[in-house]
Amino acid sequence: MKRRGSRLLTLALLAAGAALMLFPLWWMLVVSLETPSNAGAATVEVGAISAFPADPQWSNWTEAMRAVGTVEWQGFLDALANSILVTFLTVTATVFSCSLVGYALARVRFRGRGLLFAVMLGTMMLPPQVTMIPMFLVFRELGWVDTILPLVVPAFFGNAFFIFMFRQFMAQVPEALVEAARLDGCAHLGVWWRVMLPMCRPVIAITAVFTFIFVWNDFLGPLIYLHSEEKATLAIALNSFRNQYGGLEDVQYLMALSLITMIPCILLFLVAQRQFIEGLGSGAVKG
Amino acid sequence: MANITFQGLGKVYPGGVRAVEGVDLEVEDGEFVVLVGPSGCGKSTTLRMVAGLEEITDGTLRIGDRVVNEVAGKDRDIAMVFQNYALYPHLSVRQNMAFPLERRRAHGGTVRRLIAPGYRRAAREEDQEIQAEVSRAAEVLGITDLLDRKPGALSGGQRQRVAVGRALVRRPAAFLFDEPLSNLDAKLRVEMRAELKALHDRLGATMLYVTHDQEEAMTLGDRLVVMDGGRVQQCAPPREVYEQPANRFVAGFVGTPSMNFLEGEVADGTMSIGEARLPLGDAAAGVPRAVVLGLRPDRLRLAEPEDPCALQASVAGVEDLGDRCDVRLQVGHAELVARRPAGELSRWTVAGAAARVAFEPAEALLFGPGPHGARIH
Repeated sequence: MKRRGSRLLTLALLAAGAALMLFPLWWMLVVSLETPSNAGAATVEVGAISAFPADPQWSNWTEAMRAVGTVEWQGFLDALANSILVTFLTVTATVFSCSLVGYALARVRFRGRGLLFAVMLGTMMLPPQVTMIPMFLVFRELGWVDTILPLVVPAFFGNAFFIFMFRQFMAQVPEALVEAARLDGCAHLGVWWRVMLPMCRPVIAITAVFTFIFVWNDFLGPLIYLHSEEKATLAIALNSFRNQYGGLEDVQYLMALSLITMIPCILLFLVAQRQFIEGLGSGAVKG
Repeated sequence: MANITFQGLGKVYPGGVRAVEGVDLEVEDGEFVVLVGPSGCGKSTTLRMVAGLEEITDGTLRIGDRVVNEVAGKDRDIAMVFQNYALYPHLSVRQNMAFPLERRRAHGGTVRRLIAPGYRRAAREEDQEIQAEVSRAAEVLGITDLLDRKPGALSGGQRQRVAVGRALVRRPAAFLFDEPLSNLDAKLRVEMRAELKALHDRLGATMLYVTHDQEEAMTLGDRLVVMDGGRVQQCAPPREVYEQPANRFVAGFVGTPSMNFLEGEVADGTMSIGEARLPLGDAAAGVPRAVVLGLRPDRLRLAEPEDPCALQASVAGVEDLGDRCDVRLQVGHAELVARRPAGELSRWTVAGAAARVAFEPAEALLFGPGPHGARIH
């Protein structure tokens, strides 16, 4: 009986926590289906909206997509295509570069390996705000401003945190496996590609999901480097619902488009959930 | 197949640790040679130098007629079976076995396959050859029904067979085995041992095998190379190593239970060990004064009144092994073990009881003093 009571209490606490976390999502969903007047009121007073809209405005979702940018539909489709392109390139580049560097740090013996690893870890201490201006100046000199290159190219040079994760995971793989691959005819690149990468699926999943979520939702990077409307990503497109004074217009459209933007992240997490959690666990235990 | 020639082979690690020193050895074509010794004796390092996994710092290594000191492991035409199997967990058994052949194929270009019909035809023929080779090896090892499984779904013995299969498909000049049975349980180890021996007899392949298990070494090898301290202590057929060990280390390492050693002094053909006087006859002719007497446990028995070579001992304990028993005896400060038939068990069971044990002088071995003292007789 006592055990059942504590179980109920645990469930109640978990339910309360889940409700708290899901509240903003629910609020967004409700506002996205409200009429303009109700949605506007909701931004002023939480109690102004009901738990379920009396007259759900499903057309808000299509209208939101239509209303992005100056040309109907074009703005949304451009932003969607740009987001997909930037995210795909960045995720792919991050997985390849980080796993390759991780392999080198874990498995290739060379002079200064330990020092390089320490320096790489040291870069994790640098806040991105510190490098933002120098990076902008470099990319401006290269003539890359208003192109996707500043958002994508750095991913080809790895990310310290993910390199660390790959390095730790690969260091756990038995040496005999690498030696067997070498005797079977693989050079280092072959060992990395044919043996290590397939075994690193949990780390690849976690790297891909984290990078995807970060890049897909990234606002600051595209805001700094992408100036033309046709080059904007979805995160920038959302901003088009702000008026010139910083206030919100058509908040129901903003919420609808925000939900649409979130869908790929939620789907990705659901698909990669098992490997994602496995990757987090292995990083924590083996690291 | 090919012979493997070691000439003064040595290995010094960057820190200055000398792991292997002056190994001279000729592994004949088709021979099964076992490197055996205790942990840290240099046997695995020697094997890894043959495989190309460790750099050779001294001497010359030849596989066939070719000096391979500077040749990468993958180009030495050798195949290795590892202690922990080293199977690729993401590949099926079939893919694991085909892996070394896939890496060596002449028509492996994916793009050329797509655009050049002639190349595609050749690649397809190569695919068939690889699959045929995998099937042949699987049949030899009796693992045909496992080909589509992943290594994770196999038992230890099955994994070991697959690891051997992966080596087999390449038809290499020589096979290298690094303690391949040490992860298996005792029963399976004996079974696999017999299978490996049968495989060698069937293939007639050159095999170099590393183990710390002297029983495994004795049963498998055409010749044993007993190593200690990075040096070869003796290289000879198993029977010779057992009966005529080169030195005290080899005598103590080979054989279960280990050989008994008693230190003493020899004068006028008689060896004195404490109070005991042992007339060794011809065996003691011309030997230096300080010697070590070596006696195999199965050569010790209860003394008859007329036995000239007898020692006064007390029974320290008896281990009943079913078909035989090991009797621990205290002779002065030394402890001896006598391996006797189970029928004698009742005669030894009184711990602390006095007993006279004897041996035939002709069956005794004499060594020089020290842990590596050379055999004198």
